[in-house]
Amino acid sequence: MNFISDPVTFIANWLNNLLTSWGLSQAVVTVILKFIGAGIVGAFGFALVIFTIWLERKLYGRIQDRLGPNRVGPWGIFQTVPDIIKIFTKEYITPVGADKIVYNLAPILSVSAVLLTWAVIPFAPTIVGTEVNVGVLYLVAVGAIGALGIILAGWSSNNKYSLLGSFRAVAQVVSYEVPMVLALLVPVLLGRSMGINSLVNAQSVWFIVLSPIAALIFFTSSMAEVGRAPFDLLEADSELVAGYQTEYSGLKFGMFYVGEFLHAFTISALTVTLFFGGWRGPWAVQVPLLGVVWFFIKSFIVYYVVVLIRISMPRLRIDQMLNFNWKFLTPLALVLLIATAIVDKTFFTLLPGLNLLEIAIPWVRAGVHLVMNLLLILVTIQLLKSYRIKRILVVAKPRPVAVAPEPPASVIS
Amino acid sequence: MQSDWLFIGLFLLIVALFPGAPIFLAGLIAPKKPSVSKSQTYECGIETVGNTWVQFRVQYYIFALTFLVFDVELVFLFPWAVAFGQLSMFGVISGVIFILILFAELIAAWRKGVLEWA
Repeated sequence: MNFISDPVTFIANWLNNLLTSWGLSQAVVTVILKFIGAGIVGAFGFALVIFTIWLERKLYGRIQDRLGPNRVGPWGIFQTVPDIIKIFTKEYITPVGADKIVYNLAPILSVSAVLLTWAVIPFAPTIVGTEVNVGVLYLVAVGAIGALGIILAGWSSNNKYSLLGSFRAVAQVVSYEVPMVLALLVPVLLGRSMGINSLVNAQSVWFIVLSPIAALIFFTSSMAEVGRAPFDLLEADSELVAGYQTEYSGLKFGMFYVGEFLHAFTISALTVTLFFGGWRGPWAVQVPLLGVVWFFIKSFIVYYVVVLIRISMPRLRIDQMLNFNWKFLTPLALVLLIATAIVDKTFFTLLPGLNLLEIAIPWVRAGVHLVMNLLLILVTIQLLKSYRIKRILVVAKPRPVAVAPEPPASVIS
Repeated sequence: MQSDWLFIGLFLLIVALFPGAPIFLAGLIAPKKPSVSKSQTYECGIETVGNTWVQFRVQYYIFALTFLVFDVELVFLFPWAVAFGQLSMFGVISGVIFILILFAELIAAWRKGVLEWA
């Protein structure tokens, strides 16, 4: 047991011995250790936002052919710090008629719902907040609280546009939970476990190879849950002023932003954990700190895609969004789940007769699943082609042309 | 096992503290000069007309109801997926039939026009 191979257990044991030698009982020591652990995970998630806000602004700038923040520190990397200090000194303006308790609770709720997710994400084989054996169910449960924060914010603001924003949250965020949960079932089924770390352990072949459709569905519907650019109907600034956050000011408004940025990174971390092998990489098991490096490299690659989608996509209409969810993603996810279950069971039933090498089994299994997924994609594309709108039915009428009145006879040109 | 949930319990506390404490602190630092016109509802820039808590489209409610039906039934699939390795072919087929019932529900809702935004 040394520091390099397993730093968290090392420090935990050291602290444990230290506190016990002070004469504290074992139960108190456990509570203190867990409290410190929880504090570190939470602080880490919070500190990460400072970095991702800068990163996103920089990427935004570069893609729009600007420089982005470039004054404070190298490449403007400390730009967020003065921004935070500035927002601390801004006055809170509470509109008349707002529901005070709910109004103040909503920004806290929308951040904490996202931060709660970090309790179960494993950064490395041993560096993990906690290994609950119902991790995936926990993710689903916690994810629903975020929608509640948005709904409460819109409801309590005493503002019609905010209220409309929260209605849209009901339709959008809540609806997209269905394909997300269905897509989450696929890794659970393939990994035979609900614990997040054991799901990572089960990915000797990454689940994206086994089930690219599930990964895509999960990614898309979590993008919709975040409520960013292609799906930003909750705060569509050209329709709803600023949606549910219109009436907020100062740091309360800032907290919604923190929640959004943290959520955007969290979904990339979750996609990586569930489909891209999490901390898996060369020598990750021997040196847990290397696992953290792999995890963050993968997470930032996925996060880059999230930002890229945000920057380059136009906003959808609400009926298009709901059609996409209920008439495309949900049926596809249901069919995928059925197909995955049957293919996996058939594979393991036929396995004893195949005489495969022990080492080849996961790869053959992955191949079978991949072929099934590709077939499903092919069928889906054919179906979509046969149902596509052949011509636009509503044609704009020719506009009436203004006719200039006859000039009076007295005017001679 | 128990200490795992202890962690989550403490984490709940911390997670409420992280956004809550800065909001409280900023409230101490920030200037407080309320006035009548300042604390009026911004809405869209012009004066508010009428009551805020208006009646809304029933379609939002119907979508929420449809979600509820699906979500409640989906939770039952999680134990099935976890125990998948020990299931016989019969167990798998019964799970598939359960998913097919969900599918039938979706088709029924579709045919009824619940999923139309009209």
